[in-house]
Amino acid sequence: MTAEAGLAALWLAAGFALLQFALSVIGVIGARDAVLRGVRPAAILQAVFVAIAFVCLIMCFLNSDMSVRLVAAESHSAKPWLYKFAGTWGNHEGSMLLWVAILGVAGAAVALFERTLEPRTHAATLASQAAIAFGFYAFLLFSSNPFARLDPAPADGQGLNPLLQDPGLAFHPPTLYIGYVGLSVAFSFAVGALLTKRVDAQFARAMRPWVLGAWIFLTLGITAGSYWAYYVLGWGGWWFWDPVENASLMPWLAATALLHSLNVLATRDGLRAWTVMLAVLAFSMSMVGTFLVRSGILTSVHAFAVDPQRGTFILTLLAIYIGGALTLFALRAGSISEGARFDLVSREGALVFNNLLLTSILATVLVGTLYPLITEAYGVKTSIGAPFFNATAGPLALVLLVIMPLGPVMRWRRDDAKQALRRVALPALVGIVALITIFVLAPGIHLLPWFGLTVAFAVGAASVAPLWGRNLRRTPLFTYGMVLAHLGCAVSVAGMAADSAFLKEVLVAARVGETNTVGPYTVTFADVRPAIGANWTALEAELTAKRMDGWGRFWNSAPLKLHPQARMYPVPVTETSETAIATPIDGQLYLVLGKQQDDGRWQLRMWWKPFVTLIWAGGAMIALGGALALLGRLWRARRQATRQMEGGV
Amino acid sequence: MKPKHQRLVLSLLAVSAVLGSGVLALSALRDQAAYFYAPADVKRLGVTLGRQIRLGGMVADHSIVRAADGVTISFVVEDGIDKVAVRYKGITPDLFKEKSGVIAEGSFVASGQFVATNILAKHDEKYVPPVMKGQKPNMGKVS
Repeated sequence: MTAEAGLAALWLAAGFALLQFALSVIGVIGARDAVLRGVRPAAILQAVFVAIAFVCLIMCFLNSDMSVRLVAAESHSAKPWLYKFAGTWGNHEGSMLLWVAILGVAGAAVALFERTLEPRTHAATLASQAAIAFGFYAFLLFSSNPFARLDPAPADGQGLNPLLQDPGLAFHPPTLYIGYVGLSVAFSFAVGALLTKRVDAQFARAMRPWVLGAWIFLTLGITAGSYWAYYVLGWGGWWFWDPVENASLMPWLAATALLHSLNVLATRDGLRAWTVMLAVLAFSMSMVGTFLVRSGILTSVHAFAVDPQRGTFILTLLAIYIGGALTLFALRAGSISEGARFDLVSREGALVFNNLLLTSILATVLVGTLYPLITEAYGVKTSIGAPFFNATAGPLALVLLVIMPLGPVMRWRRDDAKQALRRVALPALVGIVALITIFVLAPGIHLLPWFGLTVAFAVGAASVAPLWGRNLRRTPLFTYGMVLAHLGCAVSVAGMAADSAFLKEVLVAARVGETNTVGPYTVTFADVRPAIGANWTALEAELTAKRMDGWGRFWNSAPLKLHPQARMYPVPVTETSETAIATPIDGQLYLVLGKQQDDGRWQLRMWWKPFVTLIWAGGAMIALGGALALLGRLWRARRQATRQMEGGV
Repeated sequence: MKPKHQRLVLSLLAVSAVLGSGVLALSALRDQAAYFYAPADVKRLGVTLGRQIRLGGMVADHSIVRAADGVTISFVVEDGIDKVAVRYKGITPDLFKEKSGVIAEGSFVASGQFVATNILAKHDEKYVPPVMKGQKPNMGKVS
């Protein structure tokens, strides 16, 4: 029954999406306020029903209802409940239902909480949101029904891919999707504003919190996904330039550019057309990503299923939405009057450079991600990996990082280049000292990590420059947010550079009792014994790591015990390796247990990764900075609203 | 600069930056794109020594041999038409086994052997190389 209820709820949600679309279009075109009043309830009901559908699917998974085809194919009754729950979105249909559920809820949130937008623009925004939702409901109902029954029902399911049986599955996809799909709100705002020709500072101020919210989740989702891949895949890497990773990076790049150009629009009423363009671009990238992942057209570790029909369906939706928005933009761009002007040497100018670099990085990532598709159309199969992206996106990102701290110390509209540079003189000095020190201490270092570390030090110092000489108690919360986010970028880049420059890797076949050296540690292979979990058995190694260098005296002098495992899952029959990671303050010791050989030796792969944790710490700082900025903005908007009310009385 | 032209200059700047990076990216692609080869393609088309490629096919039955150091293996990749000998130092992925799909990233060395720097095993146990299903080779959709 749950499955039928879910399917009915999904149909109802699609119906309300259609109603929401019709009401808002009629209301906006006919300027009928009575009709517009129906839009909000329709949006809320749409969200309620799609949420019910999603909860129904979760119930099917939790109850292991094997008569539902999806549950039978992706779950197993002996799985721990957390993975039954999270397994709901560990497959194509479930993840698309999560996608559209977030879309519906985001639309309802706009209907409920957005008060500052002009009413007709608001209605047009909800029309766009409904149109997107309707297309994806149709996709689910006609080509990816998650509630399809199986008759006769099998005795038990085929189980979830063991690689996905990790607590990360419960957290990472929903976070990422909230960010991904949350950008639909920016898209709809842009479409709404284009339709009603209202692109101004007020529009930007209304849109900013929504973009910030989505961006925070996107940042968290990417950071969490990176760490998950790092410890689950056991390859020692934290970013693989996998198409699916790129699919989440591209909307992030566009959204980051959008956040910055929104500031210009909200504060100075400049960059109008460009900001609208970015809002369209950001969610378009989300949809392109969804297409790339869900159609299975690109090779990826994330591909759940390859299905040309689904691919065609999403491609059609994509063409309609992106094509429609771009056509609308082309038609209306001329009618967007030019915003306020500014000198190139100004904060606006710096933000324009930020935007150009972010979109350039986006362009290279997009080219690299799509290139295999293009060559394949000509019958040549290629793959694009880290060498390409490091060579193109890497230098651009470094340049972006260098100009990042300039923006906040410059004045709006017009500034003096000399004075602005004087404000970052001290950080520049820090950079030069770092450049030389690193070269002296590590003469063989590669160019990219060398500059990366240098820039990280300089930018880290420069990021806090906006706080110098200010009354810290009167500094607004969003300024703190910006400083923290910029500092987070520097911290993250420092981690990336340190890891790539100084990592130590050892690969051996060892017998129990043998000792090997990796970085500052000696690692003794103490023991191997069987272990058992809820739905797996394993061979678990015990390794003892002792810190040998002088720094060890200052922290963790006690030997570390690490337990990497080689796991066996019976359903589906799979072997996985569980990495063991120890995290002293200055890096991570990362151990993987390989297979046992005929001669009794075990393969061991060991890494010492200095300061690698900074990568994710930086990501968390960026997200936290975004959260502070969001709180600061909302708080100020509320205070201003109250003041206006009081003034009105 | 006349303020009148600012909008024009800004949009030209934007277009040229994005196009410029696109062109740079495309030129970098020439050097850094790794092409897919099935063993039959290797014979048919030939591969420059040292050129990074992806070799895809099935691991031949009884072909995996471990070297004395315990971490180097050699095996044969086949596609039903031809065979290529591969050497790899490292821990193989969990799904890497004989009679199973594999993609090896690496290059050919002077001895004629393919030295892999990375091994990708197919996630899906149902995978069969398209060649073996009697279809056109289409390694782009593998892994």
